[in-house]
Amino acid sequence: MTQKIAIQVDDLTVAYNYKPVLWDIDLVIPEGVLMAIVGPNGAGKSTLIKAILGIIDPIAGSVAIYGEPYKKQRKLVAYVPQKGSVDWDFPTTALDVVMMGTYGSLGWIKRPGQKQKKAALEALEKVGMLSFKSRQISQLSGGQQQRIFLARALVQNASIYFMDEPFQGVDASTEIAIINILKELRKAGKTVVVVHHDLQTVPEYFDWVTFLNVKKIATGAVKDIFNDDNLTKTYGINYKVAVNK
Amino acid sequence: MSITEYFNLLFTDYTLRTISLGTAVLGAICGMLGSFAVLRKQSLLGDAISHAALPGIAIAFLITGAKDTNILLLGALVSGLIGAFWIRGMISKTHLKSDTALGLVLSLFFGFGMLLLTYIQKQPNANQAGLDKYLFGQAATLVESDVLLMVLVTATALVVVLLFWKEFKLLLFDPDYANTLGFNTKFIDILITFFIVLAIVIGLQTVGVVLMSAMLLAPAAAARQWTSSLAVMVFLAALIGAFSGVFGTAISASQDNLSTGPVIVLVASFFVVVSFVFSPTRGLLFKQIRLIKNRRDLQLKKTLQFMYGIAQTHESIDHPHTIRILNNFQGFTKKSLRKMEENQWILLNKQQWSLTLKGFTEAQNLFNQQTQHE
Repeated sequence: MTQKIAIQVDDLTVAYNYKPVLWDIDLVIPEGVLMAIVGPNGAGKSTLIKAILGIIDPIAGSVAIYGEPYKKQRKLVAYVPQKGSVDWDFPTTALDVVMMGTYGSLGWIKRPGQKQKKAALEALEKVGMLSFKSRQISQLSGGQQQRIFLARALVQNASIYFMDEPFQGVDASTEIAIINILKELRKAGKTVVVVHHDLQTVPEYFDWVTFLNVKKIATGAVKDIFNDDNLTKTYGINYKVAVNK
Repeated sequence: MSITEYFNLLFTDYTLRTISLGTAVLGAICGMLGSFAVLRKQSLLGDAISHAALPGIAIAFLITGAKDTNILLLGALVSGLIGAFWIRGMISKTHLKSDTALGLVLSLFFGFGMLLLTYIQKQPNANQAGLDKYLFGQAATLVESDVLLMVLVTATALVVVLLFWKEFKLLLFDPDYANTLGFNTKFIDILITFFIVLAIVIGLQTVGVVLMSAMLLAPAAAARQWTSSLAVMVFLAALIGAFSGVFGTAISASQDNLSTGPVIVLVASFFVVVSFVFSPTRGLLFKQIRLIKNRRDLQLKKTLQFMYGIAQTHESIDHPHTIRILNNFQGFTKKSLRKMEENQWILLNKQQWSLTLKGFTEAQNLFNQQTQHE
């Protein structure tokens, strides 16, 4: 493989209490792939992302983004949390939430100005939400909320995107809009890592996949490893899905 | 003294002016910082912290033997902070939920504080009288130096809030995301908590440990009803807090025996009730009115659609039909038919109705309109 390595995870182990949530994960994600992380509930999919992003302290192991620790490479990374992780009744507007994506590059105390606003408006347009810019966020539908979160990450103009279940509870049109944006990101050479639940759409949406169930089961190109064998190992039952044969 | 007399005295009487300024400033800082507590769903944190401050006051008195306000409040600050960080620690280190941690710290510290207070009262020291004013507060004991301290703390808090506005907002809305952007969320969290503790401590003398949390929550809860912008909410909460302070002082000063703290809290609660009922967007009253209006509106449109269906079976739109034909459809009354006539959707003629062109096109576009509103 001649591709550059975007993310390298070594021996990553995470536990909340006594039971390990992630056990000894080794993972190499090449640059420019659109990767799904699949696995059953409680497999540690979200935890893996959070541990890579430093939101959760691992018990052991290390993470490198383009060969450097995450803390040095923050500006290269954008994160889209699960939309259920925040209170959408918070008193603010769609544009204001997207503007938050610029806070990282601004740093402490400095306030966003015209330049940041322009970037936020562009991101809103990309996700088809420009006409909702002044909308109170509690008035947005689930799909619109997800688009706002995506726009907030796009503003960061990162090289690597981590997304936690971006398709959860969104309608078909939003799902298509989001996957098209993700494919565009890949075309632009960005690396996109998505926690994904719908196994049916894996071959269609993604070119790279990681099977996870506390331990890493397999990782690689969808066409090589997305098969019954790995699905059975991951989900523990003979999981028949319509794989493109 | 009547309320008008009070407002006259406000400009001439030194003591009254001091107290009013103090309660106003206190209301403002509590409203401002209380907004953050409410939005973080830490409404009860203030209650726990204010109760946790009590043993600090008693211990400070036991050590110094003097009733210097600043020293007592310093004791309150230390023990309030200890309480706050115990709560934080309990939530992050044990399986306890936050309400349990808050309840434990509140009752533990308050119980210990009460124990110390009764111990102090048994001491043969004439100086001890009056420490119990920190339970329910006594605004009348405010002197210029106390108010100066309040103004100083409030000004500092204002500067900090303005400086770290962006960081505060980010932490309140999405702490994990703030973390990934490189902000030290622990630091921001401690900064907010520290100033909330500070606001509570400077209010103890006026409002007391028992009612202090209402000063934090009531203005913020009221303000939230009127706005969908964080900045406006914080500003409005500060304004409501300040106004409650002044107005509460006015009422208690004009009625001889009413103690100021509870009156201020009642005035603030009055704002909450008014806001919950009368806010145009979130208020119960207008919500209910909108609900009824929408239902009527939809009922009317359903009737129109039913008529449209009948009219379609005839060659001309304005072919008259008997009202009885509508009996199959339950959603109409004489009143609603008259309303439809007012809208010029139909013409009524004795026991007959006929669709107008306007009504016909309205019915045609009904479904499109309805989906557009979504």
